[in-house]
Amino acid sequence: MIPDDPIISVRGLVTRFGKHTVHDGLDLDVQRGEVIGVVGGSGTGKSVLLRAVVGLLKPAGGQITVFGENVRDTAPEEYRRLRRRWGVMFQGGALFSSLDVQQNVEAPMREQLDLSPQTRAALAAIKVRMVGLPEDALHKFPAELSGGMRKRAGFARAIALDPEIVFLDEPTAGLDPIGAAAFDTLIGQLRRALGLTVFLVTHDLDSLHAICDRVAVLAEGRVLATGTMAEMQEIDHPWVQAYFKGPRARAALVQKAAS
Amino acid sequence: MNAHSPDRLQPARLTVVDQRIVLSGDLLIGTVEQLDLGQKGAQVIDLGQVGRIDTAGAWAIVTLERRLQQAGTAPEITGASQLQSDLIGTVRQNMPAKDDQTEKSITLNDRLEMVGRTTVASFQKMMAIIGFLGQTVATFLSLFAHPSRIRWTALVHHMQQVGLSAVPIVALMSFLIGVVLAFQGAAQLRQFGAEVFVVDLIAISVLRELGILLTAIIVAGRSGSAFTAAIGSMKMREEIDAMRTLGLNPIEVLVLPRVMALILMLPVLGVIANFSGLLGGALMSWIELGVSPGVFQSRLASNTSVWHLGVGLIKAPFFALIIGIVGCFEGMQVKGDVESLGRLTSTSVVLSIFLVIAADALFSIFFELVGV
Repeated sequence: MIPDDPIISVRGLVTRFGKHTVHDGLDLDVQRGEVIGVVGGSGTGKSVLLRAVVGLLKPAGGQITVFGENVRDTAPEEYRRLRRRWGVMFQGGALFSSLDVQQNVEAPMREQLDLSPQTRAALAAIKVRMVGLPEDALHKFPAELSGGMRKRAGFARAIALDPEIVFLDEPTAGLDPIGAAAFDTLIGQLRRALGLTVFLVTHDLDSLHAICDRVAVLAEGRVLATGTMAEMQEIDHPWVQAYFKGPRARAALVQKAAS
Repeated sequence: MNAHSPDRLQPARLTVVDQRIVLSGDLLIGTVEQLDLGQKGAQVIDLGQVGRIDTAGAWAIVTLERRLQQAGTAPEITGASQLQSDLIGTVRQNMPAKDDQTEKSITLNDRLEMVGRTTVASFQKMMAIIGFLGQTVATFLSLFAHPSRIRWTALVHHMQQVGLSAVPIVALMSFLIGVVLAFQGAAQLRQFGAEVFVVDLIAISVLRELGILLTAIIVAGRSGSAFTAAIGSMKMREEIDAMRTLGLNPIEVLVLPRVMALILMLPVLGVIANFSGLLGGALMSWIELGVSPGVFQSRLASNTSVWHLGVGLIKAPFFALIIGIVGCFEGMQVKGDVESLGRLTSTSVVLSIFLVIAADALFSIFFELVGV
């Protein structure tokens, strides 16, 4: 792999809601092919950062480039093309409730490409199997699925077009430990199989240990530190220390050493 | 991996050179449909000249492989890079065994079954609504034993919501109906020189039927839907379950105040509708026919039996009960998803308007029989 320009580059990002400043000059680079975990306390703007990068939210200042193109100032046509190259999975899966799982996964193909219904159905079936859902889930509606299955279906929709980047917002939140571990494994597998770059917003220390190449810590409106999990242990900041050396972090470390 | 621009796609090609299928170009989701996958009798699938592959490309290769296997050869895939063959492996693992599912066609039997199921479901729903009505009435009666459990604040709040806030729209609508009746009635009655009967026409139709019926329809659209949406969203966020665990009866807390507020307020709204309907009619009669307000008033008093007003207002509490019960019942039917909330809100409005009109028809027959 050629160490080229970062696939996502955020420079001096400022976002505000009214008078409340969420990000104040935030910088972040994501390299192609890596899994980056974005962590931070509640309200530090992890999800807001994700929304700003995918263009759902207009920041008050700063520059965001993805694939070398500015997300903010692209023409609608360019933005459409850019969007095809990434997939987003929202916290609850955000499946369209009036469509069944197969139609949900087909939705991006239907909108973006001109495929025959048979091809779409075949590809959707593969994606649904890839995320570990049973085949009979294809024709179920979101309301009939459990939370974990909904997340998996949301993931299947995010990777429907074989994107280069997937953005995952809290993929393991609300799952039981077995389901969460399975989801981690899934992210790792698909990342290898599809050559994905993964932008992961998470609270889950086990996920961070299991799949993240690098971790970015958000605090005080900016990225406090980036580095591997091992490097995080060395950073001298009370929140980082509490997060990565707290009782839960130790438990996750022990678990990792054991496996 | 560095040629990632999606703009310079190489078209996918498939050529057959004596028992070798040679694929070339980019096998991506936008290009694989160009390939003819129905090949036979080849021994080798050569990927040596292939550029990029995504899941769709891998799917095409595996489909090709399966079709060849079905035709009796065991093809070998050559020339794939490690990454590519990993991807092909993943897809092969996850591809359903069946090649393509055949669409089920709907037979006459299925349609009959559907009719049967719908009939049974509507019957069950009717029973459920009646059951809900019974539950509400039982809860209401139990309040006589414990009057302190009546939720006065909620009752007054809902009375304001369904009653006071609805006054402008109800009055305006009824006024316009009066205007329309006078206008249309005048045009017809003038032909017989019987203009003055327009007063009877307006009085009887507004007081007996239109005033209360249209008020009920407006209230069903305004408040019935609001009941369903409010209770439904509470149901969705498990608030109703929380109430039950705290020992609160949702019927007592949520349903009774709403239904009682409607029963108390709908007659009031009906009276307001009657007044403004007559007002609109009188105004239009004066302008159009020269029937002065004084004549209108005396004719109204002498020719219109008070029973016309009575017949209209007797119906009001029944309409209110229908709207309230249906609105709250549908709210309680909401499941965990947003979809059902929207669907049930519109069902609630349609059903309550339908039932109100059906009840009105029954009342007409009843009053005809008793001769009022």
